[in-house]
Amino acid sequence: MTTTSTPTARPPARRSRKRAVAPENSVDAITIRPIRRGDLDHVITLDATVTGREKRSYWRSVYKRYSAPGQAGRQFLVAAAGGRVRGFIIGEVRDWEFGSAPCGWVFAIDVEPDFRLAGIGTRLLKAICASFRRAGVTKLRTMHARDNTLILSFFRSQGMMAGPFLPLEMDLLD
Amino acid sequence: MKLQKNSSLAIYSVLEFAADPTRHISAAEIAGKYGLSVHHLAKVLSELVRAGIVESVRGVGGGYRFAGNARRLTLMDVIKTFEAPGLPDGGRREPVDLTPVGRALSAVLAEIDEIAKATLCSITLATMLRLIERQQRAAATPAKRRRLKPS
Repeated sequence: MTTTSTPTARPPARRSRKRAVAPENSVDAITIRPIRRGDLDHVITLDATVTGREKRSYWRSVYKRYSAPGQAGRQFLVAAAGGRVRGFIIGEVRDWEFGSAPCGWVFAIDVEPDFRLAGIGTRLLKAICASFRRAGVTKLRTMHARDNTLILSFFRSQGMMAGPFLPLEMDLLD
Repeated sequence: MKLQKNSSLAIYSVLEFAADPTRHISAAEIAGKYGLSVHHLAKVLSELVRAGIVESVRGVGGGYRFAGNARRLTLMDVIKTFEAPGLPDGGRREPVDLTPVGRALSAVLAEIDEIAKATLCSITLATMLRLIERQQRAAATPAKRRRLKPS
């Protein structure tokens, strides 16, 4: 599974006057839709802002695999306003991995820090869940680092609880 | 995993306050609802006031009210006011714990502690209140179905 973006905590509020938000950039103007080619640079920038690392070739590869038409189980959705991507979510239906019946997996989600706490993450998750239901699955799963309490808290606030799996790992030494 | 008595009392109390942050609730009311000792609960509430999670209200009626942010405060924030999870007996190590067997067992138990800590740190009071609502709906549903079933 590809790595999940790890959103950082919202930066502390600054004392300077808040800039007026143009209506086309406001949270109310957010639309949730499948990613388009023109969105990719915004996704790369958003991810680099949050993770501190630009992963251009990785995101090109993800875009190619998850935006191709005719793949009902794969979803790459964005939350867009004012012609820019403010958030995204990526997931797919996986069949019989680890002995599990087909279920929907979310492996990446992120929202631009200035647009957080406004329900965009919730809307993105609801949209991808709707597509998973249409694909016939009835279970959603995701996996995150134990110390990423921000993203774990988000998914728990959506009603998710620990699943019946335990990720294991080991070093591959010579 | 079992919480210390004070941690459990604190969580029950904090959830009562967080469910209606504008309401003043007395220790006696919470103690009566859950069958607790008022005296013991008052001590727990004093610690919660010291931690800034609840505040005592002076004047007519008195009581306590929620002073935190239910979307930010987690179960761990409440628990660590009363105990240090993962460090039983104050973190003391016996000589046997320092043997290879002791260290291997500690590593396994540490794994369980890390999972427990991650769980408690990721469940906010707001999420807990939603879980409680879900339990209340599940408890109510079978009774509703029984009443609607035709004879």
